[in-house]
Amino acid sequence: MTTRTTWIWQFVLVPLAGIFLFPLLWMFSTALKPVDQAMRMPPTWIPKAYYAPLDGVRMRVVPRGTNAVAGVIVATADNRLFVPDADFHAGRVRIIRTLRGAIVTNLVAAQLIKTVPPGFVHVLEDVDQTSMAAQRRWDYVAPALLETRTELAWRNFLAAMRVIPFARYTLNTLILCLLCVVGTTLSNSLIAYGFARVEWPGRDFYFALTLATMMVPFPVTMIALYGVFKSMHLVGTWYPLWLPAFFGGAFNIFLLRQFYMTIPQDLTDAARIDGCSEWQIFWRVIVPLSKPALAVVALFQFMGTWNDFMGPLLYLNDQSKFTLALGLQFFQSQSGGTEWHLLMAASTLMLLPILVLFFFTQKQFIQGIATTGMKG
Amino acid sequence: MSEVILTNVQKVYDNKVIAVNDFNLHIQDKEFVVLVGPSGCGKSTTLRMVAGLEEISSGEIRIGERLVNDVPPKDRDIAMVFQNYALYPHMTVYKNMAFGLKLRKYPKKEIDQRVREAARILGLDELLERKPKQLSGGQRQRVAVGRAIVRKPKVFLFDEPLSNLDAKMRVQMRTEIAKLHNQLQATMIYVTHDQVEAMTMGDRIVVMKDGLIQQVADPLTLYDKPANKFVAGFIGSPPMNFMEGMLVDEHGALFFQGGSVKLKVHEQHCARLRDVCGKPVSFGLRPEDIRDPHIAREAASDTHVRANVVVVEPMGSETFLYLLAEPHSFIAKVQGHDVFEVGDTLRLEFAMDKAHSFAHKNAKAII
Repeated sequence: MTTRTTWIWQFVLVPLAGIFLFPLLWMFSTALKPVDQAMRMPPTWIPKAYYAPLDGVRMRVVPRGTNAVAGVIVATADNRLFVPDADFHAGRVRIIRTLRGAIVTNLVAAQLIKTVPPGFVHVLEDVDQTSMAAQRRWDYVAPALLETRTELAWRNFLAAMRVIPFARYTLNTLILCLLCVVGTTLSNSLIAYGFARVEWPGRDFYFALTLATMMVPFPVTMIALYGVFKSMHLVGTWYPLWLPAFFGGAFNIFLLRQFYMTIPQDLTDAARIDGCSEWQIFWRVIVPLSKPALAVVALFQFMGTWNDFMGPLLYLNDQSKFTLALGLQFFQSQSGGTEWHLLMAASTLMLLPILVLFFFTQKQFIQGIATTGMKG
Repeated sequence: MSEVILTNVQKVYDNKVIAVNDFNLHIQDKEFVVLVGPSGCGKSTTLRMVAGLEEISSGEIRIGERLVNDVPPKDRDIAMVFQNYALYPHMTVYKNMAFGLKLRKYPKKEIDQRVREAARILGLDELLERKPKQLSGGQRQRVAVGRAIVRKPKVFLFDEPLSNLDAKMRVQMRTEIAKLHNQLQATMIYVTHDQVEAMTMGDRIVVMKDGLIQQVADPLTLYDKPANKFVAGFIGSPPMNFMEGMLVDEHGALFFQGGSVKLKVHEQHCARLRDVCGKPVSFGLRPEDIRDPHIAREAASDTHVRANVVVVEPMGSETFLYLLAEPHSFIAKVQGHDVFEVGDTLRLEFAMDKAHSFAHKNAKAII
């Protein structure tokens, strides 16, 4: 490629990559934000933290805007509140409430604590759980006292792991992944060998039939498959999630078959003369040579199982058997609203192994895809 | 005893193509037999049938005293070397050579001993821990040969083992394999499409075409007494010259006549050629049997041909002249330092005592 076309490609590809990266970066960023910055539009890319003195102690706060008119902070017998100047007079504060549709005005004895000039900032003690807002400390401080720092909220990760049984779900997911990867590589490599290297009547017809199953979308078979597992009394167990992996899949069979076909026939002949049985040819010659393709299949399967939401959602009832993907939905349902910062922290934790795996295997991975269908 | 006997062997593929037809050959113990022919002639198929990689459609194959028609390759006591080496890319040179022995459950010590012995013979001692990828073509082929010899088989099969090597390496490996044959005293069957390899290596050569054996003979017999026009044209480089024409009788003397060329038939050939007098024949003469007049000053003129030089190919020790004597073109091999120009008209002497004649009808040799 000439320098010029490379340039044009970069011109197109870099922005495109940026667009694709956008949600990922937002996830990373949100995972490290305090809750108040999570849903801001336009997004805050670099998480910030605010510090202000509260009751004489400097601590992390959430700023809640500034007051337009002058006011006072007063203490009643059971509460502490901020009212405009006009509502406080001679040791009494006017409290307006709605009671059974009627507006009720009470005058309550109160003690002046602090006068607040206009333009002061309402700050709230920053605690991680929105649900405990009632007990938070608060104050109005001069803007000069409010300090802004760039600070990453690593505590989100700890909090996220406390909300759901993270370790257990990770273990569950890993066990399922392992079963599926073993099943997929074993079954597909054997089936593909049968299609690529063994002569048997009707082989090409059955291969076409296998490929045809790729055209059937998952939701079509989903209900039928559910019925099968229900009649086997396996709903609610892990079996429906890993057992199918041991029966091969059209795409993987195709991928591996194409790879096997690139391995020279002479190699198989040489092995046969050296004394290999058909099984030994497969196991000692073909499999070691197909490592890149097998890695691709294993990796695809790992990612598929790791990210699978529909399967666990359909078949699992017992919360102790849940996978990570399924567990993530707890962040949406618990305590009403979605705790985005924690959800993103948990999502990041879930994504991490995949990223790391891809980082270390990308050479094999790309090689495996690239060499499929070419000279091996 | 490790003879290989093929009796009426035939190979017919599913699509009714006959790859090998009625193949009969008795290969002696310790013999080096070369199967040679153009691509598609069935030579590789024959070899693969001996190896057991290809089923035979009918006939019998015996190795030693044993009928091996239904014996799997691994039990035939053979070893094979492939054109593209067929080394296991994921194994080191050592493991490649040891693989066959390991599968046969030989004791570790003996495997080691045999592999090192083979490595020593082939000069691979330094390379035992390398992977095939790190070797040159010649080294790879040596490993492939090593893999064959560690097994100490009764019969070695070579399937165009030198075709993937460059010209220089090919010549070197050629002599090495010949040397190996002397050293191992084993039966070897060697398939090639290169007639030079066939001529230089074989004790006996089997020339094949279209699934049929054309001739089985030692190299010199093949060269001097080809059984038919195909063998005559296939063996030798540059190939034998052919001229189509007729035998005519003029006052009791026989002449070959074709276009402007008229040549007197040598006396010792007359007896056999008289039968086909008046019939069309192919006249054949090897390039070295056409001499330029410098050598043939005193020869009689009825064995001379006037021809124009079309192309001159100096090879150093000799020069090939591509000549035209309407309507025939032919090649003459003359001394290297004689100077010829394109367009020269030469008078050349044909050594008629070395001439061949082939029947027009079935291309069989008459003389």
